[in-house]
Amino acid sequence: MARITASVYTSHVPAIGAALDLGKSDEPYWQPVFKGYEFSKQWMKDNQPDVIFLVYNDHATAFSLDMIPTFAIGTAAEFAIADEGWGPRPVPKVIGHPALASHIAQSVIQQDFDLTIVNKMDVDHGLTVPLSLMCGVKDPVKDAWPCPVIPFAVNVVQYPVPSGQRCFNLGKAIAKAVESFDEDLNVHIWGTGGMSHQLQGPRAGLINKEFDNAFLDQLIANPADAAAIPHIDYVREAGSEGIELVMWLIARGAMKDIANHTVSARARHRFYHVPASNTAVGHLILENT
Amino acid sequence: MALDKPYLDVPGTIIFDAEQSRKGYHLNQFCMSLMKAENRARFKAHERAYLDEWPMTEEQKLAVLARDLNRCMAAGGNIYFLAKIGATDGLSFQQMAGSMTGMTEDEYRAMMVGGGRSVTGNRFVGEDGDAQPQHQPQGKAGKKEST
Repeated sequence: MARITASVYTSHVPAIGAALDLGKSDEPYWQPVFKGYEFSKQWMKDNQPDVIFLVYNDHATAFSLDMIPTFAIGTAAEFAIADEGWGPRPVPKVIGHPALASHIAQSVIQQDFDLTIVNKMDVDHGLTVPLSLMCGVKDPVKDAWPCPVIPFAVNVVQYPVPSGQRCFNLGKAIAKAVESFDEDLNVHIWGTGGMSHQLQGPRAGLINKEFDNAFLDQLIANPADAAAIPHIDYVREAGSEGIELVMWLIARGAMKDIANHTVSARARHRFYHVPASNTAVGHLILENT
Repeated sequence: MALDKPYLDVPGTIIFDAEQSRKGYHLNQFCMSLMKAENRARFKAHERAYLDEWPMTEEQKLAVLARDLNRCMAAGGNIYFLAKIGATDGLSFQQMAGSMTGMTEDEYRAMMVGGGRSVTGNRFVGEDGDAQPQHQPQGKAGKKEST
């Protein structure tokens, strides 16, 4: 039986990818960011999953305004690295897990979440930056990511985006779906994006450390309360792009303690830093006990 | 009955909702076309002619030509789409975001290194934070105008 053993949460700032790709990670500006992931890279080696279910958002890359799916699951055998206008990031292509992905799609749709099934899709920095942070620098040709990845894209670009509560409930449905897959697989679920940031208008550059740290506290100890935060609170407190944090709630909703109150999630690592480009970087690793 | 839009009183912020998306459809799809290298080259060679291939409004075209991202946003642009114009110009996301504040690149970068823009006074229109309309443009540009 497949099972979710851990969840990882991290910002996916494009400039972090650029810093890694251009060999700038030792610069004083970037050093503190990457230091926060040293533990995580070792943890990944010590706790290597068979599959990563990676929740992220597409940034006008695979999805233009032609189609705007709220929840899209990647069921392909592999996913190419997108050219977002600066050329594709020099990282390995992403290998999918079509069998588990289509199993999850069927199960989750039957639990009343209307997923869009995507058999062809390029993946952007939202997906590749978290992989780089957790797995380290990889050669695009000689290396590979440590395991297959199921991309799960959430619309946080055009309002209305799904509520935190809906994301949290979706996480519960994904956990059920994984548990009903017969093959014995160790699955990690990652929630990415955030933390506080605003990329537009005269309010660009907004950062709210108090909100971010309270969110991290709540996500660990009282996730149901974090799920109840309305959209407008993210915009007002964490900036218009801080809304990406709803994606963390999908991963949190899939942890064992949500369905079974007799167990608890164990926080293995927590990190917070300002800034990376326009954004506050937040990172958390939770394990199922 | 009108839709509930509680986000209209956040200063210095345009939420890209269904109405903005409808207004900005062709503007954003033009931006999307810049994901292809040959289109970037054609656009750079003759910007006005390239824009005229799109059923965009005159205001949208002028906003793009002026590289005024605030004007592009008001005309229905979304920042992730507009970023393709910046990429075509060789700008980073920080340069693009900073350009919307009126600050110089150095001023904006210094603000971020210093912990970013404070939310104090910037939650609701009518407060006195630095993102409020009465404090635009920000940085030295604003100081010059007021003296």
